[in-house]
Amino acid sequence: MAIRKCTLSALVWLLSVSPWVQASPSDIANQGLGENIAPCSSCHGAHGEGNAAAGFPRLAGLGAPYLEAQLDAFASGARENAVMQPIASALSTDQRSAMATYYSQLSAEGAQASKGQSDNPPDTGAELAEHGRWANDIPACVQCHGPAGVGVGEHFPALAGQPAAYLEGQLRAWRNGKRPGGPMGLMASIAAKLDESDIKPVAQYFAAQSPAPAKGLDHE
Amino acid sequence: MSNRIPLLTVAVSFAMLAAVIFWVGTRDQSAPTPAQAKTANAAPAARGDTTESATKSEDVAVSGNAASERSEPLPGAAQPGAASAADDFAPPARSEIPDDEFGAMVRKGRDIFTDTQQHADQFVGNDLQCANCHLDEGRRPDSAPLWAAWAMYPAYRGKNKHVNDFAERIQGCFRYSMNGTPPPRGDEVLVALESYAYWLASGAPVAKNLPGRGYPELEAPEQPPSFTRGKQVFADHCALCHGSDGQGQRAADGSLAFPPLWGPRSYNWGAGMHRVNTAAGFIKANMPLGAATLSDQQAWDVARFIDSQERPQDPRFTGSVSETAEQYHGEHSMYGQTVNGVVLGQDAPPSGTAAKVNQP
Ligand code: HEC
Ligand code: HEC
Ligand code: HEC
Ligand code: HEC
Repeated sequence: MAIRKCTLSALVWLLSVSPWVQASPSDIANQGLGENIAPCSSCHGAHGEGNAAAGFPRLAGLGAPYLEAQLDAFASGARENAVMQPIASALSTDQRSAMATYYSQLSAEGAQASKGQSDNPPDTGAELAEHGRWANDIPACVQCHGPAGVGVGEHFPALAGQPAAYLEGQLRAWRNGKRPGGPMGLMASIAAKLDESDIKPVAQYFAAQSPAPAKGLDHE
Repeated sequence: MSNRIPLLTVAVSFAMLAAVIFWVGTRDQSAPTPAQAKTANAAPAARGDTTESATKSEDVAVSGNAASERSEPLPGAAQPGAASAADDFAPPARSEIPDDEFGAMVRKGRDIFTDTQQHADQFVGNDLQCANCHLDEGRRPDSAPLWAAWAMYPAYRGKNKHVNDFAERIQGCFRYSMNGTPPPRGDEVLVALESYAYWLASGAPVAKNLPGRGYPELEAPEQPPSFTRGKQVFADHCALCHGSDGQGQRAADGSLAFPPLWGPRSYNWGAGMHRVNTAAGFIKANMPLGAATLSDQQAWDVARFIDSQERPQDPRFTGSVSETAEQYHGEHSMYGQTVNGVVLGQDAPPSGTAAKVNQP
């Protein structure tokens, strides 16, 4: 009995000092965790900047509650994706939360890498992004996602510089019921009002914007 | 001997690691937490609802009472916004602004209207833009569109008891809605805004109340508007964007994305939007942004809630809240009323002088 207790406390001690077991968010991001979890950086980049060519989204600087909700939705299957689903399910609730916080704190400036993917976004994309289409009750995308899609607060993710293919995929996912509606169902209802012919141009528009916002240029 | 212990540590750690990975891998397979659970922001700081006064019956007819400023804002309008479709008239497309001297002034007016902070900041005393209350650059029906306003002036306004031309109407929005200083008559800011409105109204009939003008006038609610219910509507449908403290949110580049609904950087106690009925009509037709689906009752309730919060003083302030209320505030105004033990207007920051935040 005494021996058992002894072993137990030894194990607890080892657990608390062992670098592998404690796997910090940055360890998981850069080294992965066991067999189920490849390093996030292998797809999302060393600084969470994403990978335009492969269509992997940037995570750096997106809101923590947003990222956490996405990881939870992958894990539950509410947001369908064959790559992210097993990874998110292999993380504990706490780890998902910690990963979300970790990436929310990385600077969007590292995300420059994915820029320049479509240098001449079509005018139709700019019109929808900057003015919306109020005749169909579609506000301008930038009203919720910020000027040029730099993002607003914790619930309105940046679109600027995200891979065009990724953005298109998300708009279609909502239209096909493969992604939960998000806060107040706002984005699902907007996606439903888009025409198929809107999707590519507006995705290209945001893909071409610089992900690192120039702070405080105007508006006081 | 000395290096046996580290070896052992490593071995046991590996065993633990394997166990933990296995445990982690199985534990959360069925974690159900849907993304939506994260939706609602916290409710605003709790406030009791002790002194809510019952709303008097909705009578929007001109009362002739100096205290009642309602029922005049839309001169000549029997039923503004009753028809929500503005099929009868459509303003010209954005791309049709002419490429000449006049067009340049129209563009200037549009830029002032959509980014008043940047292009007319010397006349502005809060964080708002004209287009925050006149959506889609002043084009959206039921959002007091400029094309429907232009040809309805000059008109008599009960608010100041004389005939106002269009320029003076705009000056009013600077003084109250923008909590600022009206641009002087003849100032280029006024000329530009007039040019923009005039151009948007190209082809519109003169002195005809077009469908979609102003904000819709809602029927009297079934139940008197309630601060308590409004607070809940606010938490569920508004706080996501306007913040649980109603102070709005800035985008990652520092510009204002969601405007403040009350406080020192919002519209003042003299603005049309401070009236519960006007705000209810605006909200019903336009908010939440892109998903305007509230019931009439919810719109009345949330309007009552946001218009029971402190904001910059009425520029016509006489030095006494009760006297100012008596002279200028009608039945739809919460100004001078006691809400949660506080007389609204009593702690109002002075009008027109709110210091800008983040100023270099
Ligand atoms: C094998 C490549 C790969 C790895 C490894 C990977 N991801 Fe992903 N991730 C993706 C792809 C692809 C998507 C886009 C999914 C979609 O289209 O819905 C994505 C999407 C996401 C999103 C949603 C982003 C958004 O803007 O909504 C988050 C959050 C995320 N991943 C976090 C992580 C974390 C944390 C890790 C490491 C634990 C990780 N990913 C590892 C490929 C990967
Ligand atoms: C009324 C506010 C609102 C408007 C307007 C809006 N969005 Fe969104 N959008 C959101 C919200 C909220 C989310 C986050 C959804 C979630 O949490 O799942 C989002 C998410 C997105 C995403 C997913 C980003 C990612 O990293 O996965 C894309 C793509 C997107 N929006 C595109 C657009 C486009 C294109 C438009 C204009 C046609 C637009 N949005 C207009 C509110 C809005
Ligand atoms: C806080 C909200 C708000 C802001 C900001 C605002 N307005 Fe208004 N505006 C109103 C309200 C309320 C009315 C009256 C509409 C009604 O009663 O239906 C109005 C009416 C008007 C009208 C007359 C409409 C008509 O049909 O008679 C004009 C013109 C106008 N505003 C121009 C402006 C200009 C120019 C600016 C910027 C300098 C501006 N407004 C800023 C709320 C606002
Ligand atoms: C999806 C984000 C969003 C939601 C949710 C939302 N608003 Fe707004 N609201 C805005 C934006 C953006 C504007 C400015 C509109 C513009 O410039 O086109 C605005 C403008 C306003 C204004 C006029 C400007 C001001 O600051 O006074 C009022 C009043 C208002 N909203 C009230 C509400 C109320 C009440 C609710 C809840 C029923 C609500 N909003 C929900 C985004 C939102």
